[in-house]
Amino acid sequence: MTDAPPITNDMIAEHGLTQDEYSKVIEILGRNPNLVELGIFSVMWSEHCSYKSSRHWLKRLPTEASWVIQGPGENAGVIDIGDGQAAIFKMESHNHPSFIEPYQGAATGVGGILRDVFTMGARPIANMNALRFGHPDDEKTRHLVSGVVAGIGGYGNCVGVPTVGGECNFHHAYDGNILVNAMTVGVADTDKIFYSAAAGIGNSVVYVGSKTGKDGIHGATMASAEFTDDAEEKRPTVQVGDPFTEKLLIEACLELMRTDSIVAIQDMGAAGLTSSSVEMASKGQVGIELNMDLVPVREKGMSPYEIMLSESQERMLMVIKPGSEITAREIFQKWGLDFEIIGHVTDTNHLVLKSGTQTVCDIPVPPLVSEAPIYERSWVQPPPPAPLPTSTPADNVPIEDALFRMMAAPDLCSRRWIWEQYDHMVMTDTVQRPGGDAAVVRVHGTEKALAITTDCTPRYCVADPLEGGRQTVAEAWRNLIAVGARPLAVTDNLNFGNPERPEVMGQFVGCIEGMAEACKYLDFPVVSGNVSLYNETNGSAILPTPAIGGVGLIENLRNMTSIVLPPDNHLFLVGQTKGHMGASIWLHEIGGVEAGNPPPVVLEIERKNGEFIHQCIKEHVITACHDISDGGLLVALAEMALAGGCGADITVEPNGIPLSHYCFGEDQGRYLVATKDKIIIAEMANKSGIELTYLGESGGNTLTVNNRAPISLESLRNAHEGWFPEYMAG
Amino acid sequence: MLSAIIVFPGSNCDRDVQVALKQSFGTAPRMVWHAETELPAADLIVVPGGFSYGDYLRAGSMAALAPAMREVSKLAQKGVPVLGICNGFQILCESNLLPGALIRNSGLRFVCRDVYLSVENPDTVFTRGYSVGQCVRMPIAHHDGNYVAPLETLDCLSSEGRIAFKYCDDKGIASEVANPNGSARNIAGIFNERKNVLGMMPHPERLADPALGGIDGRAMFEALAGKVFS
Repeated sequence: MTDAPPITNDMIAEHGLTQDEYSKVIEILGRNPNLVELGIFSVMWSEHCSYKSSRHWLKRLPTEASWVIQGPGENAGVIDIGDGQAAIFKMESHNHPSFIEPYQGAATGVGGILRDVFTMGARPIANMNALRFGHPDDEKTRHLVSGVVAGIGGYGNCVGVPTVGGECNFHHAYDGNILVNAMTVGVADTDKIFYSAAAGIGNSVVYVGSKTGKDGIHGATMASAEFTDDAEEKRPTVQVGDPFTEKLLIEACLELMRTDSIVAIQDMGAAGLTSSSVEMASKGQVGIELNMDLVPVREKGMSPYEIMLSESQERMLMVIKPGSEITAREIFQKWGLDFEIIGHVTDTNHLVLKSGTQTVCDIPVPPLVSEAPIYERSWVQPPPPAPLPTSTPADNVPIEDALFRMMAAPDLCSRRWIWEQYDHMVMTDTVQRPGGDAAVVRVHGTEKALAITTDCTPRYCVADPLEGGRQTVAEAWRNLIAVGARPLAVTDNLNFGNPERPEVMGQFVGCIEGMAEACKYLDFPVVSGNVSLYNETNGSAILPTPAIGGVGLIENLRNMTSIVLPPDNHLFLVGQTKGHMGASIWLHEIGGVEAGNPPPVVLEIERKNGEFIHQCIKEHVITACHDISDGGLLVALAEMALAGGCGADITVEPNGIPLSHYCFGEDQGRYLVATKDKIIIAEMANKSGIELTYLGESGGNTLTVNNRAPISLESLRNAHEGWFPEYMAG
Repeated sequence: MLSAIIVFPGSNCDRDVQVALKQSFGTAPRMVWHAETELPAADLIVVPGGFSYGDYLRAGSMAALAPAMREVSKLAQKGVPVLGICNGFQILCESNLLPGALIRNSGLRFVCRDVYLSVENPDTVFTRGYSVGQCVRMPIAHHDGNYVAPLETLDCLSSEGRIAFKYCDDKGIASEVANPNGSARNIAGIFNERKNVLGMMPHPERLADPALGGIDGRAMFEALAGKVFS
C-alpha cells in the first residue's frame, strides 16, 4: 500500500462517519485506511447506501407472492405478468439535489431510475413521479416547481419514454425540502432478466457509457445529512444529466443483452463506481480488481478517490463472458459510447484498486457490506393530531362554493400545466393519459396493459402514521382497481426527516407498520424501494411521506374503465359514507384547519369493495369508475364530469350527517361508478354484501345536488384548470 | 409498397412510425441507420421524431449532415415522397429540403397535447385521404415547433398551396388561441414546391390506432400506401 497521509478526526467527520464506525473500519482492514478507502467506507456506510437506520424496520414489509420473480435487493423489483413477460419497476428519490438545483436534480433522478430498470434487461415503457413542494406562497416554490417539471420532462422526453402520470402536493412542511420521487416501469421477457452478481474468476469487468468527471462527488453522503442554511453551497455535489447519452446507453445495453454476452450488470448510481463494483462483488461472493488508469475520464489528473466517488451519470459496469469482448465493443462503438475493460473478477473477495504500479485500495468486500452499521434508532409514538374543532368557518359555506374553491385549490386543481410538459404519448402505447386514477400503458404488441399509480397522503401520515401508512397502500390499490387492473405489487419511496430524532423515527415505524399490514392483507407485496431520510432543514422535518408506486395488470384492454363519465348512465356510490372530516381537504381548504384523525381504512371492506368493482368491470357492468379520495364524493363526481364533459343530477340522503360532510368527507374504500344497468349492479352488490347507494343520473352540462342551484361545468372547469397556470405565471 | 425510416442516434419515434406504416403498408418498413450511404428502394421515406443527437447545437442541425440525409435529398429531388415528423420536420428544414425554421415555442415550454388541424391542401400524395378544410386531431410533443420564415416565403407557401396543415380550434378556425407554439400563420406542416416532401410538427402515428383514442392520423398512412380512405 502507498504511504498515505494520516486520516484526521476532521476527515472522518467530513466523511460522515462516527468514531465508532471509524473504529470498525480499522478493525475490518486491520490497519488505518487511506483516503480512497475512507471515501469508499463513507459512501457504502452512508444512510443512502446502507439503509442503516431503516433496515431493521424494512424487514416488516411483505415481499413475496407467487407472481414475484425478484423482490427488494436488486436494481429493481420484477413481477410476472404472464405470457413469458415480466414487469420491472422501482421508485427512487432525488430530493436533496432537486432542492439545490431543481432542473438537473430532477432530470438525473429520472436518469437514475431508468438505468435501474434497463440494467435488468427491461425496455422502460413508462415513467411516473411523486412530487412534493413547499407552500405556494413560499418564495422558492414557483422556481422549484418550474425547474423540477422542466427537468423531468427534459430528460424523459429526450430519452423517449413516456411520463404518464404522477402526483403533486404543496405544504409548508416541504418549504426547505422538496420531494422528487421518480418511478420507471419496464417490460422484459422472463428468461432475459439480468442481475448484478459478478461471477467467473478472470472474467472482464467492463465500463460503458459516459466518461467519469468530477461531478457529484459525495452525492450519497450529501443526501444522508440534513440541510442547514448553506444548502445552496452544496451545488457541486449535484450531477448533470445527458439524456441523449442515456438513450444511446439504453439501446446499446438492450442490443448487447440480446447477444448472450453479459454475466452481470449494474448501473453506476449513487456512489458511482464504488457501489456498483462493491455490490457486484458482494452479490457474487467474489473479488474485483480495477485499474484506475483505464477508467475513461473527462479530464486528466483525476485521482482514484475522485474516480471512485464521482457520480457522473449514464454509466454502467458489466461482467462479460470470455470471448464476447469484441462483439460488445462493436455494439457500444456503434452507439458512440465509451467501452473499456477496466478490470477482472478475482477469487480474493477483495476490492482491489490499482493506479500505476501502486495498490491504492484493498478492502475485503464481505465485511464492508455485512458489517455496515445498522441502528435500531429509538422512537416514540408521535403526538396525536389536534382535536377536530366543534365548528369551523367551513360549516356555513354552501357546498357549491366549497366545491369551486376545492377544485381550484393547489392540492386538487388540474395538473395539466405539469403533464403537458411531459411527452406522455411517445411509444404509442399510452392507453390512458394523465388525469385519471391510474395511467394505463399497453404492453407493446399485446392486448394487455399495465396500470400504474403513485400515491401518498402525507396529511394522514402526520396525523396518524399507522393509519396513513395503511391508507397510502389502500389508495394505490384502489386506483389500480378503478381502471380495471388486478393490483400486483408496489415499490415504495419512504421520505422522512432525521431518524436520529425519536419522533421522526416514530413516524417511520408507524407508517411501515401500516403499510406492511395493508400490503399483506391486499396481497400487494413490496418488490423494490428506496428510503430517503434527513429531509429536514434547520431541524424542521417534512411530513412523513411514504410514497407508493403501484402496478397492476389489465389482462385484456376490453376490460378497462376510466373516470370519463358518459351521459345517460346511472350513478352509484360503492362503500359506506360516514362523513369523516378529520384531516380532510375540506377542513383544510375551507375551514382553514389541519386537525383530526385521518379516516380509518378497514382492510376487509377495502378488499371486498375492490373485488366487487373488479368483477363489475370484468363483466362490463360499469362504464366509468373513480375512487373517492381527496375531497370526497362531490370532488370525485366533479372530476368524472369534467373528464367526460358530461354533467350529473344526484340526490343524496345524508341521514343525520351535515350535507357538506356527506359531500366532502373522505371515508375510505369507496368508489363512484356509472352503469347502464341499475338492476344488475344492485343484484351483484346484494349478492356480495356490498353497500351500494343510488345517487342519480349523468347527462347535461351542469352538476346538480339535491335540486339545489345547478353548477355550470364550464365555470367549474375554468376554476379547476385555472389555478396552476395562473400561479406559475405569477 | 415499400417504406423506409431513417434512424438517428436519439430518434425515439422510429418504432411508433414503424408500427403505423406496417399497419397501412402491410409490409414492415426498412429501418435505415443514419450512417448508411445507400438507401433501399422505397415508395416513402420517413424522417421520424425524437431528439437526434440530443437536439444539441440546434434541433435537427447535426442530423441534417448525416450520410443517410444526403441520400434522402437526392431521392426527394427525384420525387420520392419524404415525410418528416416533429424532429423530422426540423431535420428537413435544416437540410434545406423545406424552407424556414422551427424555433423555441412561444410559451418557452415543451408542449404535449392533442391539437386540431385544418387540412389546407388535400391534393397531395400525403393528404388525399382528407378533404379540404377538414378538422383532424393529432398530438404534438415538442419544445421547438414555432415555425418561422421570411414574409415572402410565407406568402409563397400560402399562394402555392404548400401549407399542409394549420393549427385550429375544434370548429376548424385557425385562431391565435388555437396556436400552441406561436407558429407563423398557425402553420403546422408544409410541402416543398413539388409537394413530395412534407414536414409537420404533429404526430399522425400517435393517433392511428383506436386503442389510443383516435385514428385521424391513419388516413395519411393509408393514402401513402395507395389506399383510398373515406
